[in-house]
Amino acid sequence: MNQIELYNITKRYPGCIANQAVELKVGTGEIHALLGENGAGKSTLMKIIYGVVKPDEGVVRWEDEIISVKGPSHARDLGIGMVFQHFSLFETLTVAENIALSLPKAESASMDILKQRIIEVSEHYGMKLDPNRHVHSLSIGEQQRVEIVRCLLQDVKLLILDEPTSVLTPQEVETLFKTLRILSTEGCSILFISHKLDEVRALCDQATILKAGKVSGHCIPKDTTTEELARLMVGDDTPLTEDYKKAEGDHTFLTISDLSYESDDPFACTLKNISLEVKAGEILGIAGVAGNGQEELLNLISGEDTSNKKTVLFDGKAVGHLTPEKRRILGLGFVPEERLGRGAVPNMSLQENGLLTGYQGELTANGLIKTNKVKDFAHRIIDRFNVKSSGIDAQAKSLSGGNLQKYIIGREILQNPKLLVCSHPTWGVDIGAAILIRHELIKLRDEGCSVLVVSEDIDELYSISDRICAICDGEISPIAPTHDVSINQLGMWMAGDFTFIQDSKEAE
Amino acid sequence: MDFELLTNILFATLRTGTPLILIALGEMVCEKSGVLNLGQEGMVLMGAALGFIAAVVTGHAGLGIIAAILAGMMMSVLFAFLAVTLVSNQVATGLALTIFGTGLSGFLGAGYVGMAIEGIAPFPIPFLSDIPVIGKVLFSHDPLVYFSWLMFGLIFWCFRSTRLGLTIRAVGENPEAANAIGIPVMKVRYGAILFGGAMAGLAGAYLSLVYTPMWSEGMAAGRGWIALALVVFASWKAERILLGAYLFGAASIMHLVLQGLGFEASPNLLAMLPYGATIIVLVVIASDAAKAKLNTPLALGQPYRPQV
Repeated sequence: MNQIELYNITKRYPGCIANQAVELKVGTGEIHALLGENGAGKSTLMKIIYGVVKPDEGVVRWEDEIISVKGPSHARDLGIGMVFQHFSLFETLTVAENIALSLPKAESASMDILKQRIIEVSEHYGMKLDPNRHVHSLSIGEQQRVEIVRCLLQDVKLLILDEPTSVLTPQEVETLFKTLRILSTEGCSILFISHKLDEVRALCDQATILKAGKVSGHCIPKDTTTEELARLMVGDDTPLTEDYKKAEGDHTFLTISDLSYESDDPFACTLKNISLEVKAGEILGIAGVAGNGQEELLNLISGEDTSNKKTVLFDGKAVGHLTPEKRRILGLGFVPEERLGRGAVPNMSLQENGLLTGYQGELTANGLIKTNKVKDFAHRIIDRFNVKSSGIDAQAKSLSGGNLQKYIIGREILQNPKLLVCSHPTWGVDIGAAILIRHELIKLRDEGCSVLVVSEDIDELYSISDRICAICDGEISPIAPTHDVSINQLGMWMAGDFTFIQDSKEAE
Repeated sequence: MDFELLTNILFATLRTGTPLILIALGEMVCEKSGVLNLGQEGMVLMGAALGFIAAVVTGHAGLGIIAAILAGMMMSVLFAFLAVTLVSNQVATGLALTIFGTGLSGFLGAGYVGMAIEGIAPFPIPFLSDIPVIGKVLFSHDPLVYFSWLMFGLIFWCFRSTRLGLTIRAVGENPEAANAIGIPVMKVRYGAILFGGAMAGLAGAYLSLVYTPMWSEGMAAGRGWIALALVVFASWKAERILLGAYLFGAASIMHLVLQGLGFEASPNLLAMLPYGATIIVLVVIASDAAKAKLNTPLALGQPYRPQV
């Protein structure tokens, strides 16, 4: 018997079809992956199962009975639990209070008994939790545990996890997988939504792959290669392997010399005597574990923080003291790490967000906005970068992470920058979008732009960088052509050992 | 200052603070559910007018109180329908409600201005009221003063240790998440708004049937607004509302007493005393920003539109 079966599920939104005739079957005790790119309709399908969203068409069978899920509380009565990508927790309440709210009244009558149960359940599944702490003081991983324990306390038969690992550290992912495996052996079905192929192959028994709202295939992940899975997700027309020619730049555009910086913020990293150069027509990659000074360095390059005039030069011109606006006029494009809030204003439309950094060019004249040009600019970004949205008036926050990132990078690239600074360009972005973004960065380089990429994704840096280095504790390692730096060498640099073994044979 | 005078000042302080406590407690519950209802002043006036009219017509002050509560609730249903069901802007809707209530109460009560009725009599609690000083200050009041204490206790307990309180807080902090775990967000908000309306109506009755048993246009004299400010400065805590309301009461009485004693200062300046003193004290109390944030309903004033 299957725990849940969906037939012919269709959900339309104005401007797009989120799900089209989707079929999905999950067996009892099975860990079933739902794979797909950002915007493929995974989250909508899960919300339909959980009763948050009503399908326009289709049938849901739960334990061999046709049902219509009336809402989340009905879903929970049936035994469906869901852990959302954005947690539905109340930050000012304690762990126990959060959990009490979602339990039937009788079970949460006594807080003391409930706290005891929380401790028992969380220990049984290997997820430590203190019921008395306020949720806002917990780490992201711990908050996710609260969500999971909340589901487990309600005798859950189907647990839905929406991209649960995207916010976790590798260690936390391991813990989560252990928990999920215990649950599965106890007969609980699990729907695991992800676009991380390795994780799906490590954990899941079955997989259903969605592409543009339709089911594009089924498979057993353990018997399928990562390439085959990726192919099902992105379709036949996108090349999967990337092999870019390395380039050597000509004249130097960005020069940073002897830049030191100490922030007022006690948690910020202090930068020590940083010197680097980025030439026109090359990509410089900076590797490093988050929090080693990347953010501070980028702020000093973008102009959000200022420094001694001569420490930062654009094409020989001292800009260290200039504001971001003036640096942009000199040819800077900047893609920050946080998409919502810094890269884009969440509540503004795409065309307004396009204007935000594009206003110095032809989009304005004499202080007035040229509406048609702004619209045209937004259309050009959407077309060229294949941004999936409901149009140029869609709010930035309504886009999935990958599509918004494509839009932001597109906005910067279409302004023909002389220097593009990118922080984590493909973080949390699906394969198809990541390939497109890298491809565009290479194209920009070939047009003679200087590109600086900061990333934690080492494979990505090796793929696109012409020269590479690492940042550790506010210091920059030696900088060398990418093919002269072995992975081990880069690992040493990232850990703070800046010796350079210059032996290209060892790098093979 | 003699003892008699002090007792009288304290007695009057409690009486003056009572309508503020009623309004502010109602508004606090409403805001805890994430709804900002700026229509307090209008609801109080409607309560005062209809309560007074009902008392005159029926001859029973008790029926007046019931009429006042119903009047407040009618006004709040109107607000809830607009702001919750139709997802209108809460600030604009609340302001409209105040203007509407002010006008309508003036219109309905026009024929009753200057009439005198027998207000609600004090109800000294047997034995307790015989205690010197304390008996007079605490236990010789009208029933509504005792009722305000009862409501304070209930609300304090509700938010401290009941599931209902937890549910209301959850809705006010994150309505989307509350909906996701199955809390009926709309119903909770309707309930909280209705409660706020009933309390405001009752406060109106207190003004027109107890405090000064008469009706005159605009007799709430800004108490609805003061209560609104009180809720914010009290960081949405019932015990601080009680403190703030009595502080305001005390300062109001003091300015009369000081004038009576021939204190050499502009009466206008003295009339500012209650507002200034209350705000300063509560701001000082609430100055711990981190703790204050824990109490603020995060979704306050944000309309909630369920997903379809």
